[in-house]
Amino acid sequence: MLDLFRKRRMWRPTAELKDNYDVVIIGGGSHGLATAYYLARDHGITDVCVLEKAYIGSGAAGRNTTILRSNYKTSEGARFYDASVKLYEGLGAELNYNLLFSQEGHLTLAHTDRAMFVMVERAEVNRLAGIDSRVIGPEEIEGLAPAMAMSRDAVHPVMGALYHPPGGIIRHDAVVWGLARGVDRGGAEIHPYREVTGVERSNGRATGVTLSDGTRVGAGMVVNATAGWSSTIASMAGVELPITTHILQAFVTEPLKPLLDVVIVSSQMHVYISQTDRGEFLIGAEIEPWTTYRQQGTLNFIQEASRHTLELFPQLERARILRSWAGLCDISPDFSPILGDTEVENFLISTGWGTYGFKAAPIVGKTIAERIGTGTTPDLIEPFALERFYRDRLVSELGAAAVSH
Amino acid sequence: MSFLLTCPNCGEREVTDFAFGGEVVPRPSSKPSERELNTYNYFRRNVAGLQREWWNHRSGCRAWFLAERDTTTNEVRWVALPGA
Repeated sequence: MLDLFRKRRMWRPTAELKDNYDVVIIGGGSHGLATAYYLARDHGITDVCVLEKAYIGSGAAGRNTTILRSNYKTSEGARFYDASVKLYEGLGAELNYNLLFSQEGHLTLAHTDRAMFVMVERAEVNRLAGIDSRVIGPEEIEGLAPAMAMSRDAVHPVMGALYHPPGGIIRHDAVVWGLARGVDRGGAEIHPYREVTGVERSNGRATGVTLSDGTRVGAGMVVNATAGWSSTIASMAGVELPITTHILQAFVTEPLKPLLDVVIVSSQMHVYISQTDRGEFLIGAEIEPWTTYRQQGTLNFIQEASRHTLELFPQLERARILRSWAGLCDISPDFSPILGDTEVENFLISTGWGTYGFKAAPIVGKTIAERIGTGTTPDLIEPFALERFYRDRLVSELGAAAVSH
Repeated sequence: MSFLLTCPNCGEREVTDFAFGGEVVPRPSSKPSERELNTYNYFRRNVAGLQREWWNHRSGCRAWFLAERDTTTNEVRWVALPGA
Protein backbone atom coordinates (compact mmCIF):
# COMPACT_ATOMS: atom_id res chain seq x y z
CA MET A 1 0.00 0.00 0.00
CA LEU A 2 2.80 2.41 0.91
CA ASP A 3 4.25 1.68 -2.49
CA LEU A 4 1.40 3.73 -3.99
CA PHE A 5 2.99 6.87 -2.63
CA ARG A 6 6.54 6.05 -3.58
CA LYS A 7 7.96 8.54 -6.08
CA ARG A 8 9.34 6.83 -9.13
CA ARG A 9 11.86 8.67 -11.24
CA MET A 10 11.07 8.78 -14.94
CA TRP A 11 14.76 8.84 -15.78
CA ARG A 12 18.20 8.90 -14.18
CA PRO A 13 19.46 12.12 -12.62
CA THR A 14 21.41 14.23 -15.11
CA ALA A 15 24.93 12.82 -15.44
CA GLU A 16 28.14 14.85 -15.57
CA LEU A 17 28.80 16.04 -19.11
CA LYS A 18 31.58 14.06 -20.75
CA ASP A 19 34.28 15.65 -22.92
CA ASN A 20 33.20 13.83 -26.02
CA TYR A 21 30.24 11.96 -27.56
CA ASP A 22 29.70 10.10 -30.82
CA VAL A 23 26.61 12.24 -31.42
CA VAL A 24 25.60 15.58 -29.87
CA ILE A 25 21.98 16.60 -30.52
CA ILE A 26 21.12 20.27 -29.98
CA GLY A 27 17.51 20.65 -28.88
CA GLY A 28 15.60 18.55 -26.34
CA GLY A 29 12.28 18.65 -28.11
CA SER A 30 10.36 15.94 -29.89
CA HIS A 31 12.81 15.77 -32.83
CA GLY A 32 16.01 15.74 -30.78
CA LEU A 33 14.68 13.14 -28.35
CA ALA A 34 13.25 10.98 -31.15
CA THR A 35 16.62 11.02 -32.92
CA ALA A 36 18.41 9.91 -29.75
CA TYR A 37 15.76 7.23 -29.18
CA TYR A 38 16.01 5.68 -32.67
CA LEU A 39 19.85 5.93 -32.67
CA ALA A 40 19.88 3.44 -29.77
CA ARG A 41 16.90 1.35 -30.91
CA ASP A 42 17.84 0.84 -34.55
CA HIS A 43 21.59 1.33 -34.66
CA GLY A 44 22.90 0.60 -31.17
CA ILE A 45 24.44 4.08 -30.97
CA THR A 46 24.21 5.11 -27.31
CA ASP A 47 27.16 7.48 -26.84
CA VAL A 48 24.71 10.29 -27.46
CA CYS A 49 24.02 13.54 -25.63
CA VAL A 50 20.91 15.73 -26.03
CA LEU A 51 21.57 19.36 -25.05
CA GLU A 52 18.55 21.52 -24.23
CA LYS A 53 18.79 25.19 -23.27
CA ALA A 54 15.71 25.09 -21.00
CA TYR A 55 13.62 22.12 -19.84
CA ILE A 56 12.81 19.31 -22.29
CA GLY A 57 9.78 20.03 -24.46
CA SER A 58 9.88 23.75 -23.61
CA GLY A 59 9.92 24.88 -27.24
CA ALA A 60 7.67 23.84 -30.11
CA ALA A 61 7.14 20.34 -28.66
CA GLY A 62 5.20 21.86 -25.78
CA ARG A 63 3.46 24.64 -27.72
CA ASN A 64 1.90 22.90 -30.73
CA THR A 65 -1.76 21.98 -31.12
CA THR A 66 -1.07 18.21 -30.95
CA ILE A 67 -2.66 17.37 -34.32
CA LEU A 68 -1.37 14.39 -36.31
CA ARG A 69 -2.27 13.83 -39.95
CA SER A 70 -0.70 12.86 -43.27
CA ASN A 71 -3.06 14.27 -45.94
CA TYR A 72 -0.44 16.47 -47.61
CA LYS A 73 -0.45 17.77 -51.16
CA THR A 74 2.86 16.51 -52.59
CA SER A 75 3.63 12.81 -52.95
CA GLU A 76 6.98 13.36 -51.16
CA GLY A 77 5.22 15.02 -48.24
CA ALA A 78 2.29 12.60 -48.04
CA ARG A 79 4.40 9.42 -47.86
CA PHE A 80 6.76 11.05 -45.35
CA TYR A 81 4.00 12.16 -42.94
CA ASP A 82 2.18 8.86 -43.46
CA ALA A 83 5.27 7.00 -42.23
CA SER A 84 5.24 9.32 -39.21
CA VAL A 85 1.59 8.71 -38.31
CA LYS A 86 2.22 4.95 -38.59
CA LEU A 87 5.16 5.22 -36.16
CA TYR A 88 3.00 7.27 -33.79
CA GLU A 89 0.33 4.54 -33.89
CA GLY A 90 2.77 2.07 -32.33
CA LEU A 91 4.77 4.49 -30.20
CA GLY A 92 2.68 4.38 -27.03
CA ALA A 93 2.91 0.58 -26.80
CA GLU A 94 6.59 0.59 -27.69
CA LEU A 95 7.46 3.21 -25.04
CA ASN A 96 5.01 1.64 -22.59
CA TYR A 97 3.67 5.13 -22.00
CA ASN A 98 0.13 6.31 -22.66
CA LEU A 99 0.34 9.03 -25.31
CA LEU A 100 -3.48 9.45 -25.42
CA PHE A 101 -3.48 9.20 -29.22
CA SER A 102 -7.07 9.63 -30.34
CA GLN A 103 -7.51 8.95 -34.08
CA GLU A 104 -11.04 10.25 -34.43
CA GLY A 105 -10.48 11.84 -37.82
CA HIS A 106 -9.51 15.16 -39.35
CA LEU A 107 -11.74 17.43 -41.45
CA THR A 108 -10.38 20.23 -43.65
CA LEU A 109 -13.40 22.36 -44.55
CA ALA A 110 -13.91 23.84 -48.00
CA HIS A 111 -16.01 27.01 -48.31
CA THR A 112 -15.46 27.80 -52.00
CA ASP A 113 -15.32 26.00 -55.36
CA ARG A 114 -11.61 26.67 -55.49
CA ALA A 115 -11.09 25.05 -52.09
CA MET A 116 -13.10 22.03 -53.26
CA PHE A 117 -10.72 21.60 -56.23
CA VAL A 118 -7.73 21.67 -53.87
CA MET A 119 -9.37 19.07 -51.60
CA VAL A 120 -10.05 16.74 -54.55
CA GLU A 121 -6.44 17.09 -55.68
CA ARG A 122 -5.14 16.35 -52.19
CA ALA A 123 -7.46 13.35 -51.86
CA GLU A 124 -6.07 11.90 -55.13
CA VAL A 125 -2.43 12.42 -54.08
CA ASN A 126 -3.25 10.79 -50.73
CA ARG A 127 -5.04 7.82 -52.32
CA LEU A 128 -2.09 7.15 -54.61
CA ALA A 129 0.14 7.02 -51.52
CA GLY A 130 -2.30 4.60 -49.88
CA ILE A 131 -3.50 7.17 -47.35
CA ASP A 132 -7.10 7.10 -46.18
CA SER A 133 -8.38 10.48 -47.37
CA ARG A 134 -11.48 11.50 -49.34
CA VAL A 135 -13.77 14.42 -50.09
CA ILE A 136 -17.15 14.34 -48.35
CA GLY A 137 -20.28 16.46 -48.57
CA PRO A 138 -22.22 18.44 -45.94
CA GLU A 139 -24.41 15.49 -44.87
CA GLU A 140 -21.49 13.30 -43.95
CA ILE A 141 -19.78 16.27 -42.24
CA GLU A 142 -22.86 16.79 -40.10
CA GLY A 143 -22.72 13.16 -39.04
CA LEU A 144 -19.06 13.46 -38.00
CA ALA A 145 -19.37 16.85 -36.28
CA PRO A 146 -23.01 17.31 -35.31
CA ALA A 147 -22.18 20.21 -32.99
CA MET A 148 -20.78 22.32 -35.83
CA ALA A 149 -22.95 25.03 -37.43
CA MET A 150 -23.65 24.03 -41.04
CA SER A 151 -26.13 26.77 -41.95
CA ARG A 152 -26.24 27.98 -45.54
CA ASP A 153 -26.66 31.48 -44.09
CA ALA A 154 -23.23 31.36 -42.45
CA VAL A 155 -20.57 33.90 -43.44
CA HIS A 156 -18.56 30.99 -44.89
CA PRO A 157 -21.00 28.13 -45.65
CA VAL A 158 -19.40 24.66 -45.62
CA MET A 159 -19.47 23.13 -49.13
CA GLY A 160 -17.52 19.99 -48.33
CA ALA A 161 -14.43 18.73 -46.58
CA LEU A 162 -11.35 16.60 -47.00
CA TYR A 163 -11.92 13.75 -44.55
CA HIS A 164 -8.84 11.99 -43.20
CA PRO A 165 -9.93 9.22 -40.77
CA PRO A 166 -6.43 8.39 -39.35
CA GLY A 167 -5.88 12.02 -38.30
CA GLY A 168 -6.34 13.03 -34.70
CA ILE A 169 -4.78 14.44 -31.58
CA ILE A 170 -2.16 13.11 -29.17
CA ARG A 171 -0.88 14.35 -25.81
CA HIS A 172 2.23 16.31 -26.79
CA ASP A 173 3.84 16.43 -23.33
CA ALA A 174 3.43 12.66 -23.04
CA VAL A 175 5.28 12.24 -26.34
CA VAL A 176 8.19 14.26 -24.94
CA TRP A 177 8.22 12.44 -21.60
CA GLY A 178 7.76 9.00 -23.14
CA LEU A 179 10.58 9.59 -25.62
CA ALA A 180 12.82 11.03 -22.89
CA ARG A 181 12.29 7.93 -20.77
CA GLY A 182 13.01 5.77 -23.82
CA VAL A 183 16.21 7.72 -24.51
CA ASP A 184 17.30 7.35 -20.89
CA ARG A 185 16.61 3.62 -20.82
CA GLY A 186 18.45 3.22 -24.11
CA GLY A 187 21.58 4.65 -22.48
CA ALA A 188 21.88 8.12 -24.02
CA GLU A 189 22.15 11.27 -21.87
CA ILE A 190 19.78 14.23 -21.67
CA HIS A 191 21.22 17.51 -20.38
CA PRO A 192 18.61 20.21 -19.78
CA TYR A 193 19.60 23.85 -19.08
CA ARG A 194 22.69 23.56 -21.26
CA GLU A 195 22.73 26.24 -23.94
CA VAL A 196 24.90 25.83 -27.03
CA THR A 197 26.63 29.09 -28.01
CA GLY A 198 29.12 27.82 -30.57
CA VAL A 199 29.77 24.99 -33.01
CA GLU A 200 33.42 24.02 -33.44
CA ARG A 201 34.73 23.22 -36.88
CA SER A 202 37.97 21.92 -38.25
CA ASN A 203 38.74 21.44 -41.97
CA GLY A 204 35.11 21.96 -42.99
CA ARG A 205 33.66 19.47 -40.54
CA ALA A 206 31.90 19.94 -37.22
CA THR A 207 33.93 18.62 -34.29
CA GLY A 208 31.97 19.72 -31.24
CA VAL A 209 30.01 22.45 -29.49
CA THR A 210 30.70 25.07 -26.85
CA LEU A 211 28.19 25.94 -24.13
CA SER A 212 27.25 29.25 -22.52
CA ASP A 213 29.38 28.45 -19.45
CA GLY A 214 32.44 27.87 -21.65
CA THR A 215 32.32 24.07 -21.52
CA ARG A 216 33.51 22.34 -24.67
CA VAL A 217 31.91 19.08 -25.79
CA GLY A 218 33.51 17.16 -28.63
CA ALA A 219 31.27 15.32 -31.11
CA GLY A 220 31.64 12.95 -34.02
CA MET A 221 28.34 14.25 -35.33
CA VAL A 222 26.29 17.35 -34.42
CA VAL A 223 22.53 17.46 -35.07
CA ASN A 224 20.66 20.79 -35.09
CA ALA A 225 17.05 20.09 -34.00
CA THR A 226 16.10 23.49 -32.63
CA ALA A 227 13.00 24.51 -34.65
CA GLY A 228 12.57 28.31 -34.48
CA TRP A 229 16.17 28.82 -33.36
CA SER A 230 17.71 26.69 -36.13
CA SER A 231 19.08 29.72 -38.03
CA THR A 232 21.03 30.91 -35.00
CA ILE A 233 22.56 27.46 -34.37
CA ALA A 234 23.30 26.86 -38.07
CA SER A 235 25.06 30.23 -38.35
CA MET A 236 27.41 29.11 -35.53
CA ALA A 237 28.48 26.31 -37.88
CA GLY A 238 28.72 28.68 -40.84
CA VAL A 239 25.66 27.18 -42.52
CA GLU A 240 23.11 29.53 -44.08
CA LEU A 241 19.46 28.50 -44.06
CA PRO A 242 16.44 29.59 -46.11
CA ILE A 243 14.49 30.03 -42.88
CA THR A 244 12.56 32.86 -41.27
CA THR A 245 11.29 32.64 -37.68
CA HIS A 246 7.69 33.58 -36.89
CA ILE A 247 5.32 33.12 -33.99
CA LEU A 248 2.33 30.80 -34.15
CA GLN A 249 -0.31 31.19 -31.48
CA ALA A 250 -3.00 29.10 -29.85
CA PHE A 251 -5.43 29.31 -26.97
CA VAL A 252 -7.66 26.97 -24.96
CA THR A 253 -11.07 27.53 -23.43
CA GLU A 254 -12.09 26.29 -20.01
CA PRO A 255 -13.01 22.55 -20.02
CA LEU A 256 -16.46 21.80 -21.47
CA LYS A 257 -18.48 18.61 -21.86
CA PRO A 258 -17.46 16.50 -24.88
CA LEU A 259 -19.06 17.69 -28.10
CA LEU A 260 -16.32 17.42 -30.72
CA ASP A 261 -14.14 14.39 -31.37
CA VAL A 262 -12.83 15.18 -34.86
CA VAL A 263 -10.29 17.90 -35.67
CA ILE A 264 -11.80 20.80 -37.63
CA VAL A 265 -9.63 22.93 -39.92
CA SER A 266 -10.71 25.83 -42.08
CA SER A 267 -7.90 27.32 -44.11
CA GLN A 268 -10.15 30.07 -45.42
CA MET A 269 -11.16 31.12 -41.92
CA HIS A 270 -7.57 30.65 -40.68
CA VAL A 271 -8.56 28.52 -37.73
CA TYR A 272 -8.28 24.96 -36.50
CA ILE A 273 -10.26 23.54 -33.63
CA SER A 274 -10.15 20.38 -31.54
CA GLN A 275 -11.41 19.36 -28.13
CA THR A 276 -8.78 17.90 -25.82
CA ASP A 277 -9.32 14.92 -23.53
CA ARG A 278 -9.62 17.43 -20.70
CA GLY A 279 -12.55 19.07 -22.51
CA GLU A 280 -10.78 22.30 -23.43
CA PHE A 281 -11.36 23.63 -26.92
CA LEU A 282 -7.91 24.08 -28.42
CA ILE A 283 -7.83 26.74 -31.11
CA GLY A 284 -4.96 27.73 -33.35
CA ALA A 285 -4.51 29.99 -36.34
CA GLU A 286 -1.74 30.91 -38.75
CA ILE A 287 1.70 32.44 -38.23
CA GLU A 288 2.19 36.17 -37.89
CA PRO A 289 3.59 37.57 -41.15
CA TRP A 290 6.54 39.36 -39.51
CA THR A 291 9.58 37.54 -38.20
CA THR A 292 10.37 37.52 -34.50
CA TYR A 293 12.08 35.53 -31.75
CA ARG A 294 9.83 37.00 -29.07
CA GLN A 295 7.44 34.31 -27.85
CA GLN A 296 4.58 36.65 -27.00
CA GLY A 297 1.10 36.50 -28.46
CA THR A 298 -1.11 39.24 -29.86
CA LEU A 299 -4.63 40.36 -29.00
CA ASN A 300 -5.53 40.39 -32.71
CA PHE A 301 -5.00 36.65 -32.88
CA ILE A 302 -7.41 35.97 -30.01
CA GLN A 303 -10.01 38.31 -31.54
CA GLU A 304 -9.82 36.82 -35.04
CA ALA A 305 -9.57 33.18 -33.99
CA SER A 306 -12.44 33.46 -31.50
CA ARG A 307 -14.62 35.22 -34.11
CA HIS A 308 -14.13 32.39 -36.62
CA THR A 309 -14.52 29.72 -33.95
CA LEU A 310 -17.89 31.18 -32.99
CA GLU A 311 -18.99 31.09 -36.64
CA LEU A 312 -18.43 27.33 -36.56
CA PHE A 313 -19.35 26.68 -32.91
CA PRO A 314 -21.79 29.36 -31.69
CA GLN A 315 -22.41 27.31 -28.52
CA LEU A 316 -18.95 28.41 -27.31
CA GLU A 317 -20.32 31.95 -26.98
CA ARG A 318 -19.97 31.98 -23.17
CA ALA A 319 -16.85 29.83 -22.91
CA ARG A 320 -13.99 31.56 -21.16
CA ILE A 321 -10.47 31.56 -22.57
CA LEU A 322 -8.21 29.85 -20.09
CA ARG A 323 -4.79 30.64 -21.50
CA SER A 324 -3.01 31.51 -24.73
CA TRP A 325 0.57 31.14 -25.87
CA ALA A 326 2.96 31.56 -28.77
CA GLY A 327 5.74 29.37 -30.14
CA LEU A 328 8.50 29.91 -32.69
CA CYS A 329 8.19 28.41 -36.16
CA ASP A 330 11.01 27.94 -38.67
CA ILE A 331 9.32 28.66 -41.99
CA SER A 332 10.94 27.42 -45.21
CA PRO A 333 10.15 28.95 -48.63
CA ASP A 334 8.22 25.87 -49.84
CA PHE A 335 6.57 24.89 -46.52
CA SER A 336 8.43 21.58 -46.58
CA PRO A 337 11.10 20.56 -44.06
CA ILE A 338 14.86 20.64 -44.57
CA LEU A 339 16.53 17.45 -43.42
CA GLY A 340 19.91 15.81 -43.45
CA ASP A 341 23.38 16.91 -44.50
CA THR A 342 24.77 20.41 -44.93
CA GLU A 343 27.93 21.70 -46.59
CA VAL A 344 29.65 21.38 -43.20
CA GLU A 345 30.45 17.70 -42.80
CA ASN A 346 29.05 15.98 -39.71
CA PHE A 347 26.59 18.83 -39.10
CA LEU A 348 23.06 17.58 -39.77
CA ILE A 349 19.88 19.62 -39.64
CA SER A 350 16.21 19.04 -39.02
CA THR A 351 14.59 22.38 -39.74
CA GLY A 352 11.99 24.14 -41.88
CA TRP A 353 9.33 22.60 -39.68
CA GLY A 354 7.13 25.65 -39.70
CA THR A 355 3.77 24.72 -38.28
CA TYR A 356 3.94 20.94 -38.81
CA GLY A 357 7.03 19.66 -36.98
CA PHE A 358 5.41 17.85 -34.07
CA LYS A 359 3.53 15.41 -36.31
CA ALA A 360 6.82 14.41 -37.97
CA ALA A 361 8.89 13.77 -34.82
CA PRO A 362 9.11 9.94 -34.97
CA ILE A 363 9.95 9.72 -38.68
CA VAL A 364 12.52 12.52 -38.36
CA GLY A 365 14.15 10.65 -35.48
CA LYS A 366 14.13 7.38 -37.39
CA THR A 367 15.48 8.78 -40.68
CA ILE A 368 18.14 11.03 -39.12
CA ALA A 369 19.25 8.10 -36.95
CA GLU A 370 19.45 5.99 -40.12
CA ARG A 371 21.54 8.69 -41.82
CA ILE A 372 23.94 8.67 -38.85
CA GLY A 373 23.93 4.90 -38.36
CA THR A 374 24.39 3.88 -42.00
CA GLY A 375 26.08 6.94 -43.50
CA THR A 376 23.50 7.10 -46.29
CA THR A 377 20.48 9.37 -46.69
CA PRO A 378 17.16 7.43 -46.57
CA ASP A 379 14.95 7.76 -49.70
CA LEU A 380 12.15 9.18 -47.59
CA ILE A 381 14.08 12.38 -46.76
CA GLU A 382 16.17 12.67 -49.92
CA PRO A 383 13.71 15.22 -51.50
CA PHE A 384 14.06 17.44 -48.42
CA ALA A 385 17.79 18.16 -48.64
CA LEU A 386 19.00 21.73 -48.01
CA GLU A 387 20.67 21.64 -51.42
CA ARG A 388 17.28 21.86 -53.16
CA PHE A 389 17.15 25.62 -52.51
CA TYR A 390 20.50 26.20 -54.24
CA ARG A 391 19.09 24.31 -57.25
CA ASP A 392 15.58 25.76 -57.12
CA ARG A 393 13.92 22.35 -56.80
CA LEU A 394 11.23 23.08 -54.25
CA VAL A 395 8.64 20.70 -52.77
CA SER A 396 5.69 23.05 -52.43
CA GLU A 397 3.26 22.27 -49.63
CA LEU A 398 1.79 25.77 -49.67
CA GLY A 399 -1.71 24.44 -50.33
CA ALA A 400 -1.69 21.85 -47.56
CA ALA A 401 0.65 23.12 -44.85
CA ALA A 402 0.68 26.90 -44.81
CA VAL A 403 -2.49 27.32 -42.81
CA SER A 404 -4.23 24.03 -42.30
CA HIS A 405 -2.99 21.61 -39.71
CA MET B 1 -0.49 42.70 -27.14
CA SER B 2 1.34 43.41 -30.36
CA PHE B 3 3.79 46.15 -31.34
CA LEU B 4 3.82 49.61 -32.85
CA LEU B 5 5.66 50.87 -35.87
CA THR B 6 6.13 54.49 -36.98
CA CYS B 7 5.42 55.19 -40.64
CA PRO B 8 7.81 57.95 -41.80
CA ASN B 9 4.83 59.68 -43.46
CA CYS B 10 1.84 58.94 -41.23
CA GLY B 11 3.24 58.38 -37.73
CA GLU B 12 2.77 55.65 -35.14
CA ARG B 13 0.37 52.79 -35.98
CA GLU B 14 -0.25 49.24 -34.85
CA VAL B 15 1.77 46.61 -36.73
CA THR B 16 -1.43 45.22 -38.33
CA ASP B 17 -1.55 48.43 -40.41
CA PHE B 18 1.61 47.32 -42.21
CA ALA B 19 2.77 44.56 -44.56
CA PHE B 20 6.12 43.00 -43.70
CA GLY B 21 8.61 42.98 -46.58
CA GLY B 22 11.31 40.84 -45.00
CA GLU B 23 14.92 41.52 -44.08
CA VAL B 24 17.05 43.67 -46.35
CA VAL B 25 18.96 41.30 -48.65
CA PRO B 26 21.83 42.55 -50.83
CA ARG B 27 21.02 42.15 -54.52
CA PRO B 28 23.24 39.78 -56.51
CA SER B 29 25.43 40.97 -59.38
CA SER B 30 23.74 41.74 -62.71
CA LYS B 31 24.61 38.29 -64.09
CA PRO B 32 24.31 36.01 -61.07
CA SER B 33 25.16 32.33 -61.09
CA GLU B 34 22.30 29.93 -60.32
CA ARG B 35 23.58 29.58 -56.76
CA GLU B 36 23.88 33.35 -56.26
CA LEU B 37 20.37 33.93 -57.57
CA ASN B 38 18.83 31.19 -55.44
CA THR B 39 20.75 32.39 -52.38
CA TYR B 40 19.25 35.84 -52.95
CA ASN B 41 15.77 34.40 -53.47
CA TYR B 42 15.63 31.96 -50.60
CA PHE B 43 18.38 32.26 -47.97
CA ARG B 44 18.03 34.66 -45.05
CA ARG B 45 20.22 35.67 -42.10
CA ASN B 46 17.14 35.56 -39.82
CA VAL B 47 19.09 37.11 -36.94
CA ALA B 48 17.99 37.04 -33.32
CA GLY B 49 18.82 40.69 -32.68
CA LEU B 50 18.97 43.87 -34.75
CA GLN B 51 17.52 43.36 -38.22
CA ARG B 52 17.17 45.88 -41.04
CA GLU B 53 13.92 45.20 -42.85
CA TRP B 54 11.30 46.43 -45.31
CA TRP B 55 7.77 47.48 -44.36
CA ASN B 56 4.88 48.76 -46.43
CA HIS B 57 2.19 50.98 -44.93
CA ARG B 58 -0.55 48.88 -46.53
CA SER B 59 -3.53 50.46 -44.76
CA GLY B 60 -2.12 53.99 -44.88
CA CYS B 61 0.04 55.93 -47.36
CA ARG B 62 1.19 52.68 -49.04
CA ALA B 63 4.84 53.78 -48.96
CA TRP B 64 7.67 51.27 -48.61
CA PHE B 65 10.17 52.16 -45.91
CA LEU B 66 13.07 50.70 -43.94
CA ALA B 67 13.18 49.91 -40.25
CA GLU B 68 15.69 48.51 -37.83
CA ARG B 69 14.07 46.24 -35.27
CA ASP B 70 15.35 44.01 -32.50
CA THR B 71 13.73 40.63 -33.33
CA THR B 72 14.17 39.42 -29.74
CA THR B 73 12.05 42.27 -28.29
CA ASN B 74 10.26 43.74 -31.37
CA GLU B 75 11.58 47.17 -30.33
CA VAL B 76 11.92 49.38 -33.43
CA ARG B 77 15.12 51.48 -33.33
CA TRP B 78 14.52 53.72 -36.33
CA VAL B 79 12.48 54.01 -39.54
CA ALA B 80 13.41 55.82 -42.76
CA LEU B 81 12.21 56.21 -46.32
CA PRO B 82 14.66 54.59 -48.77
CA GLY B 83 17.30 57.05 -49.98
CA ALA B 84 16.46 59.53 -47.21
